[in-house]
Formats: sequence, C-alpha cells, structure tokens
Amino acid sequence: MSETKKTDADVTTAPDEREILLKVEGLQKHFPIRKGVLQRQVGAVKAVDGIDFEVRKGETLGVVGESGCGKSTMGRVITRLQEPTGGSIHFEGQDITRLNAAGMRPLRRDIQMIFQDPYGSLNPRHTIGGIVSAPFRLQGVEPEGGVKREVQRLLELVGLSPEHYNRYPHEFSGGQRQRIGIARALALKPKLVVADEPVSALDVSIQAQVVNLMDDLQEELGLTYVIIAHDLSVVRHVSDRIAVMYLGKIVELADRTALYEAPMHPYTKALMSAVPVPDPKRRGAKSERILLRGDVPSPISPPSGCRFHTRCWKATEICKTTEPQLVELRPGQRVACHHPENFADQAPQDTVLLSAAKEAAELVAEEVRAESAKTSAAVAAVAAGSAEETGAEAAGKTADTAEQPEAEVAADVEATAPKTGPGAKTAPAAPLKTGEASTEPEADRQDPTDK
Amino acid sequence: MTELSKTGAALGEPAPGNAPDAFLAVRDLKVHFPTDDGLVKSVDGLSFQVEKGKTLCIVGESGSGKSVTSLAIMGLHRLGARGKNVQMSGEIWLDGKELVSADPDEVRRLRGREMAMIFQDPLSAMHPYYTIGNQIVEAYRVHHDVSKKVARKRAVEMLDRVGIPEPDKRVDGYPHEFSGGMRQRAMIAMALVNNPELLIADEPTTALDVTVQAQILDLIRDLQKEFGSAVVLITHDLGVVAEIADDVLVMYGGRCVERGSVDDVFERPQHPYTWGLLGSMPRIDRETSERLIPVKGQPPSLINVPSGCAFHPRCPYADIPKGDVTRTVRPELQQVGGGHYSACHLSPEDRTRIWTEEIAPKL
Ligand SMILES: Nc1ncnc2c1ncn2[C@@H]1O[C@H](COP(=O)(O)OP(=O)(O)OP(=O)(O)O)[C@@H](O)[C@H]1O
Ligand SMILES: Nc1ncnc2c1ncn2[C@@H]1O[C@H](COP(=O)(O)OP(=O)(O)O)[C@@H](O)[C@H]1O
Ligand code: SF4
Ligand code: SF4
Ligand SMILES: [Mg+2]
Ligand SMILES: [Mg+2]
Repeated sequence: MSETKKTDADVTTAPDEREILLKVEGLQKHFPIRKGVLQRQVGAVKAVDGIDFEVRKGETLGVVGESGCGKSTMGRVITRLQEPTGGSIHFEGQDITRLNAAGMRPLRRDIQMIFQDPYGSLNPRHTIGGIVSAPFRLQGVEPEGGVKREVQRLLELVGLSPEHYNRYPHEFSGGQRQRIGIARALALKPKLVVADEPVSALDVSIQAQVVNLMDDLQEELGLTYVIIAHDLSVVRHVSDRIAVMYLGKIVELADRTALYEAPMHPYTKALMSAVPVPDPKRRGAKSERILLRGDVPSPISPPSGCRFHTRCWKATEICKTTEPQLVELRPGQRVACHHPENFADQAPQDTVLLSAAKEAAELVAEEVRAESAKTSAAVAAVAAGSAEETGAEAAGKTADTAEQPEAEVAADVEATAPKTGPGAKTAPAAPLKTGEASTEPEADRQDPTDK
Repeated sequence: MTELSKTGAALGEPAPGNAPDAFLAVRDLKVHFPTDDGLVKSVDGLSFQVEKGKTLCIVGESGSGKSVTSLAIMGLHRLGARGKNVQMSGEIWLDGKELVSADPDEVRRLRGREMAMIFQDPLSAMHPYYTIGNQIVEAYRVHHDVSKKVARKRAVEMLDRVGIPEPDKRVDGYPHEFSGGMRQRAMIAMALVNNPELLIADEPTTALDVTVQAQILDLIRDLQKEFGSAVVLITHDLGVVAEIADDVLVMYGGRCVERGSVDDVFERPQHPYTWGLLGSMPRIDRETSERLIPVKGQPPSLINVPSGCAFHPRCPYADIPKGDVTRTVRPELQQVGGGHYSACHLSPEDRTRIWTEEIAPKL
C-alpha cells in the first residue's frame, strides 16, 4: 500500500501477474439452528454461502457489505478459526480446508488475524509484553536476540515505545491498543494478515494513524492483507481489489478503480451512492442517490434466484428464478447479475417487472435510471460495432466509451430511455459472447423520456 | 464573567441574562463532573445558536463533550442520582425561556413536547417490554389529553410517516422484533409524535449501515422541511455533516474551536484541528494515492486539559505564534469572517497561507 503501488498502472497490470497466496472455492459456512429437547436442526444461518476468490501476494483485498452479510464469518473461516461447512481453501497451493489443529499449527505463523475491537481483544490481565510475545510461546519460537528484544522492536515498529513492555492494556487508548493487536499479529512474520474492521472503533484522526501504519508495514514487510470493513471510504483508500458481499455471496469483485468508477452490480452502485460525500457542494445531488428499500433479508431463508432481487430496481422474472453466476464481464471485474450496470444486459429478453422492483424503482432518481440506460446502450452500441472482436476486448473498450456516451449513441438513447421502466428494460440486447450484438435499441419501450 | 461577556460581545450576541433572538441559544455552557480522579470538565464554555428550520452539526472526536452538551440542553443531567454529581452553569435559551435556571418540572414539560431527542442506540431509549405502539402512545398522551384510541391512530400515522411498512401491524411489535434501521425509525417516530420545535439527534446513524443511514438522514431532512424544526445533529462523520448541516461547530476538549456555515468549515477552515479532521478522512470521492494526514497523538484528558490551547500537544503549528502564547493563553473564539469563528493564536496571514499552500492541495 505504498504510494507508488497504488498508481493506476500498477493496479491494472500487476495483480494478475502476482502469485496466488490464498484461493477460496465454493466456501460455505452454515450455522445450524437447533430447537427442542432433542436439539433437532430446524434450519441454518447461511452466513457464507458459496464464495470464490483469490488473494495474490502483496496485494490488499478489501471486503465490504452491510452488517450481517457474512464478512467476519468469511474472515474467521479463511483463517480456519471456524470450520467451513463446504468448499475449499488453498494456502500457497496447499489444501488447508480440513487440516486438523496439529496440521494447522505451522500455518498459524503464516496466517494472522487482527480483530475489530481494540478493547475486547487484549487480555486485561496480561502486560503488553506478555500479549505481544504470546505467539512466540505458542509456537515455541525463540527469535534472534531473545523474546523481549524482539517484542520491543515490534512495539517500535508499530509506533509504540519499548518502555510500554510492562504496562497493561487499560493504560492505552483505542488507537494504541489497535497497534498492540497489530504488533502481536506481526510477531511471527505472517504471510497473510486478515484484519476485521481494524479501524472502525477508532476516531477518524486515530483511524488515519492506523491506516498509514498498516500501509507502511505492508511496504516494509511485503505483507498481504484481507481487510474487512463496512466503511467504503476506508476500503477505497487501502485496497487494490475489492469484493462486495451481499447475504453470504460475493456479488462483485473488481479492481478498486473499476469498482468505484464503474460499478457493475446494482447493489454495488446503490451501496456506493449511499456514502455521504464530505463536500457540501455536492449536496442536493440527491438525484445521484439510490435509496434501497427496507433491510437486508434474513440469511436463514435468503430470497430465491438473485438474493438482491427483493430490493433491486432492475429486477425481472429471471432474477427471481435463476441465480446469476459470478462471471468476469470485463478483465478483472467479476459480477453476478443478469442486468449489470455500465454493461450489456445479460438477459435482455426478460422484461417482466417484479412488483418489488417496481416499488424499488420509485426510489431511484430519474437521472440514475437514465444514466444506466445510457451507459448500457453505449456499451451495446460499441460492442455491436466491434462484433468480431472477442468479448473481453470489446468490453475493455466500452469502459472508455461508456464514460462519454455523447455522440449519436447518447442521442439515440436519450430519445428512448424509458420513464418508468428501470434499467432492466433499458439495455439493448447485446450478448457479447455470441458476438452478434444487435445494433437496434429495443423497440418495445413504453415512454420516451421527457428530455 | 468578564471573560464571558467578552466572548458574547465578540460573537455579536445580546448580553448574557437577556433573551436572545435565536430560537435556541447556548451561552458559555459549562458541565463539570466531580469524580474520584478529579473534576471532569466535559463542556467548558460553549456557545452557539440555532434558528428554526436550520440544522447545526456538532462534530468532534469521542469524549470531546458532544453528548454531554445534548443531554444538558434536554435537562437530562439534572435527573435522579446523576443530578447530584454535576456542576452546570451558563445559559440555555429555548424559544425565549432559560432552561439552566428553570424549574426541573418546567424543563420536563418542554421535553418531548417542544424538544425531543434521538439517541445513537435506540434500544437504550426504548422499553424492551412494551410494544413500540404503546411507547409512542405514552409519549403522545403525556402531552395531549386524548383517548388511547386516538393516540394509537396517531402512532400508526407516525410509523407510516417514518416509512415503517405495514404500520398498523408493526405498531404492536416489540423493539427486539425490529431491525436496527427500523428501531431507529420507530424512535424518530416517537421523538416527533408531538411535533417538537427542536430535535436533537446524537449520532443517530453511527450504528447503522450506509444504506440505512441514507434513509434516516433523508427522513430527518424531509421531516424538518415539513415541520420547520431546529435540528442539532451530533456526529463524528464529516460526510454526514456535508450532507445535512447549515452550520457546523467543531468541538475539541469540551470547547468550540471553530464554528461557521458548512461552506466556511469545509472550504475555508480556519483551525488546525479542523484541518486535521479533514486530512485524516479517507474520501469516497477521491482517487487517493496520497497518504492520509493523521492528527498525531491522542485526544486530551478532560481532567488535566492541556494549558493554553488544548490542542497544542498535537498541533503542528503550535510554535508559529510568537513566544509561549499557545501553551499559556487559551485562545478565545474570534470572528474570522461573516458568521465564521475560530479559536487559534495563528495570525490571519499564517492561517490563510497554511490552508492554501499546505493543507488544501493535499485534500
Ligand atoms: N456462531 C454463530 N451462530 C449463528 N449465527 C451466526 C454465528 N456467527 C455469525 N452468525 C450469523 O451469520 C451472519 C453473518 O455474520 P457476520 O458476523 O459474518 O456478519 P458481518 O458481515 O461481519 O457483519 P458486521 O458488519 O455487522 O460485522 C449473521 O446473520 C450472523 O447473525
Ligand atoms: N456522568 C459523568 N461523570 C463523569 N464524566 C462524564 C460523565 N458523562 C460524561 N463524562 C465525560 O465527559 C466527557 C465527554 O463525554 P461525551 O459528551 O459523552 O463525549 P462525546 O463527544 O463522545 O459525546 C468524557 O470524558 C466522558 O467520560
Ligand atoms: S438486476 Fe436482477 S440479477 Fe441483477 S442485481 Fe438486480 S435482481 Fe439481481
Ligand atoms: S492556538 Fe496554537 S496550538 Fe492551538 S490550534 Fe492554534 S496554532 Fe495550534
Ligand atoms: Mg463483522
Ligand atoms: Mg457521544
């Protein structure tokens, strides 16, 4: 996370070439719900319900999503603090899914976790020295120069003073305690650090201290991070790539720049539009905001098909019946949606609006819908123009075009962008995989806009 | 007292003791708590005002005195056992009535009717064993002499107003059956059931997801437009401030260090601590390859507040003003522009130079 590493060129080229450190496939964690004297299982909380991703050496993967979507559970399962109920986890090519405690022991050095709560995660009866040196004792490791010297070096590394060795956690502020947690996590020179909300309990000024510290340590020690957080601004700042979770699934996984500048999953778009921008000049740009209705549904019985369909303003029948797969629509951008944003529709024929979507659509500003329509149509038009190219290339190109869909494309679309039918209907058919994208914007729209 | 009148004069407000023009005016408020470790000066000389139909946001790090200020306005420090252990002085004027010296019964009558509060944690403000509906009915009937049936109708109407689906069914639900966002809505319904003219919201969205936060901020904004109430919103999130505030008050160590319109504070901030807050904050709207600029060190102790300017141990510019002034003399709020005040010893030239040359380019 050094300054240089975060330049665009690096973000778009480097990660692909980096070696894969952690690979997760079909990962599942269901918590059984039991009832009665016999403790019969009556259901399960599907906290993590089939996710795939990989983490490359030296990168930071950010994980975002609303409360209860399974971020922390995912973190605990990939570090094997909890047992997965399905799927597989490979670390440096080794299958660690079913390793027992003894098998995991050597790996405990390589995989470390930092927790959210700087108050609860340090034992109040142990000194700082005792806490930070615990990993050495547990692993039976004798660092060069002795444990105490190494611990004091670690304390200095995270910006604390070596004299803090004999003090107790309650004597430290939240930010300092989080540093102690980081020092402990780094004691054994891990290869992978999974940090669950490492800064969310901290004040903004202290938050910045810890974020910068994690940056510096990554550069100095070549660490790989998985950073779980619900704060999208923090995640944007620290991550190379970002996974967006919704109800136990990854709905979008992309480079930071792509995700923030051209999100493709409607949920990603809604989530990002909800983040308040610290710029009073942007206020009143309420039109840019997508207000999601209601709350996240229960992970005990998630909605059928696409789990987001009960809140999505683009939903159609297929969304209710068929679960969209997480597929790479653009290089480095994986999305699970039938009607992605900023991209050609994946199921354009499906035009029946669900009632839920109709209601949700009322909350979406005209501008947002018009924009969805524009970009999707622009993408389709370009795709059509270069039908002989491969899907991936065409898609790559469209990224640029989509930003300035002025020319005839935009004019075209503006005339046809629907007033009531949300994005679901607006994207002309252009399935890239067939290479025969239609040039005609769909004819069956209800109303032209009043532009 | 002399110091106080100087501050008052500097702020262009009527002399103390006289009713102000503003709907809500707080003057030289002090709230101190004697404890075993010493006297905690949670709020130590705070002044501000809010007009009807306007929103003031109070920002600051945790422990800077934001919640204590809001509880003071609501008269909640003087309740029960807590009341014996608090030293309060200064003036709080609400619609021409002074509340610090008022009879507690009088303040109680105002509470819930003229002024109402939304808390960060709705569960702490709601009774777990009563239905949401009963709690709203109670809040309404304390101030209105109506039958239960009428009050219930009003409760359903309010739940509908704050966007609870199927309000006629949900009215009989218990708080634990509501999700976090719905509970927060229900509490807003309860707070607004008597159309209060002053609404105080203490971190109303801090515990919520951004999606729900957007819904709640929208709701507060709409309701304010509809009823024209004055709103004091406490938060530590500058994004929320930019979204909803007319005026902003930045608190540090129990005192106001900067105050002004939302544009002043974001575009021409005049206090090093405000610069620090802006620089610490990762922004969703920027491609940030830059490092954050944290404020070094820790928030101050309110028992041993640093001498002079309380921010001096953390301030990168503490040595610029001549002599020892930042360490020995407490800076008072001074006008730095129309309606814009800052408490800092830096000269206007230094402030402008540092802001335009060092800080603004990095944000
Ligand atoms: N031990 C458990 N037993 C049963 N259910 C659990 C358990 N741990 C987590 N869950 C459930 O799994 C789901 C995901 O929880 P998780 O803690 O991973 O959420 P999260 O995304 O980290 O949320 P937050 O942002 O609030 O931290 C939730 O519905 C939660 O209630
Ligand atoms: N009843 C009390 N007794 C002693 N100290 C208190 C009391 N209430 C608040 N404080 C202290 O006052 C300071 C400001 O608290 P508060 O207003 O809650 O901060 P915040 O700005 O985070 O809302 C803190 O140091 C807090 O510990
Ligand atoms: S358009 Fe359909 S598939 Fe895509 S997010 Fe909405 S409901 Fe899910
Ligand atoms: S008075 Fe001095 S220490 Fe305080 S903010 Fe101004 S420059 Fe910094
Ligand atoms: Mg969590
Ligand atoms: Mg508080």
